[in-house]
Amino acid sequence: MSQAPAEVEGHIPEGVELPPARQGERALARRRQTAAYIQLAPGGIYMILGFVLPLIIIVYTSLSTAGLFTTGGRSVFSWEWSNYTTALSSYGDIYLRSLLYAGIATAVCLGLAYPMAYWIAFYGGRWKSTLFMLILVPFFVSFVIRTVQWNFILGSNGLIFGPLKSLGLVPQDFTILRTPVAVIAGITYNFMPFAALPLYVSLERIDHRLVEAAKDLYASKATAFRKVVLPLSFPGIFAAIILVFVPATGDYVNSVVLGSPRTTMIGQVIQDFFLVRHEYPIAAALSVILMLGMLVIAVIYARVLGTEDSTLAAATA
Amino acid sequence: MSTVVVEDVVTIPEAPMRTPRKRWTRFILPVFTIAMIVYLAFPVLVMIVYSFNIIPNTGESERQTTEFHCCTIVHWQEIFKVPELNHALAISLAVAFPAALIATGLGTFVGLVLGRYRFRGRALTNFVIFLAIAVPEIVLGSSLLAMFVQLGSSKPLGLYIPLGYWSILVSHIAFSIAFVAITVRARVQGLDQSMENAAQDLFANPRVAFFRVTLPIILPGIVAGFLLALVLSLDDFVITNFVKGSSSTFPTWVFGATRLGVPPQVNVWGTVLFLAGVFAAGLQILRARGAED
Repeated sequence: MSQAPAEVEGHIPEGVELPPARQGERALARRRQTAAYIQLAPGGIYMILGFVLPLIIIVYTSLSTAGLFTTGGRSVFSWEWSNYTTALSSYGDIYLRSLLYAGIATAVCLGLAYPMAYWIAFYGGRWKSTLFMLILVPFFVSFVIRTVQWNFILGSNGLIFGPLKSLGLVPQDFTILRTPVAVIAGITYNFMPFAALPLYVSLERIDHRLVEAAKDLYASKATAFRKVVLPLSFPGIFAAIILVFVPATGDYVNSVVLGSPRTTMIGQVIQDFFLVRHEYPIAAALSVILMLGMLVIAVIYARVLGTEDSTLAAATA
Repeated sequence: MSTVVVEDVVTIPEAPMRTPRKRWTRFILPVFTIAMIVYLAFPVLVMIVYSFNIIPNTGESERQTTEFHCCTIVHWQEIFKVPELNHALAISLAVAFPAALIATGLGTFVGLVLGRYRFRGRALTNFVIFLAIAVPEIVLGSSLLAMFVQLGSSKPLGLYIPLGYWSILVSHIAFSIAFVAITVRARVQGLDQSMENAAQDLFANPRVAFFRVTLPIILPGIVAGFLLALVLSLDDFVITNFVKGSSSTFPTWVFGATRLGVPPQVNVWGTVLFLAGVFAAGLQILRARGAED
């Protein structure tokens, strides 16, 4: 989908000799370039200062010597690689746990969202957009409040286990809250729309005639799905994986609200180092490690689908 | 396709009509989808129902309890009862509207340029926008905090941004621009360039052609970008929690309150914001329907 914008007639490659009648076009092309830069400048400069610069500063901080921020002095850049070794040796297991929880949640999200998106896209008929709206509507409620509600639902005397326990169907000391299951369930719930959206978008634009053509060629329903629908929905699957997995790995709201100290995720550690312990260089190193890991995934995504893929754009819009 | 139908009709008298398969399996997907919709809506229903919960008087300030006792409207009547919550909501709104407006202003031009022009650095700009969306919030939040702290300690040109309202505003604009830009870009790329050319052929100068033809066409994209920025700002927890200093927005205050238990007014305000969101989305859909007809 990364084709050039429709309006390219003003673009002339450098070094191409133009006939005399078209000499003016190069000046026009140059004017268009200038116009583009002028319009781009305000937003572009803001993004450099508000997004690129912070990322540079955090890398800089992660290589500085500890303890100077808190005294009000300036951090001293000293190629302090030990911040990284400390971060990895002390919190390597928490990184792995975050990846594990996020990975399971991503798989469950895909497994639940795909059949739903498939049915709505192929059999929703004129209720298609209404049904899909019903999926998104719950997410108008603030992320934090939604997570807090699961506390009430999953609590050991909450809406589900309270009645089950009074009926004697579940042992009295049974609890899901404060276990990894609760944290993963919370992540799965909260990131479901990020899986459902791109899947729906990619499934919805599959031409149904292709499936019919496969069936005309004696493909069974299952084969038609496996050989036609599934491959055509790959951009959606890939976008869903990145849109769920990346934020889920950095998430800590679910683990704080629904989990216990034994389910601590890396986001919580980063937050504690920054906001409670004020050990900025180690905190920055922890954050940069997460960023690099996620960057690898993001770059693979960009390689496969390009940075202009409309699945992602449609999904976030 | 029509020929297939005709053949079917012709062959009916010869071959015995196959009874349409009525296997139970065809109910799996619709039932599953409805179950999923119920599952996704369940916490929201719980939130709304618990805003009517009667909370036993313990003498202390009211905290939501797990047991549900039906029903009271007293929390709705005392919607402004918790001053800290009111303050947090006020800050949320005071950040969200200017942040969404400024991000829309800046992001619209970025989206327009990316959709309309070819220029050196276009791929780089696209990549930065992609990164701004793909980078985990926790990384962006901690990076912004590191920047504000650096600024605060080094004060280049005597400039610095204190942690609080201003740092929250600056951060929210920073992460919203990219979302507005891709929303507008998607709309501009779908734009038929010949419309603008036609306007210019009819002696509209480029400015008139832009304001009378292009802008009305991409306006839904801009409005969608603005609403998206508004929702992102109102709902943001992770980035705000890093840069908020000692102030609180609605989500960060609720998060802080979970340790002791949330007051029932949180359910009430959650419901109010939810209904406002549904209302805005409904309006957008009606507008889109109207534009199609």
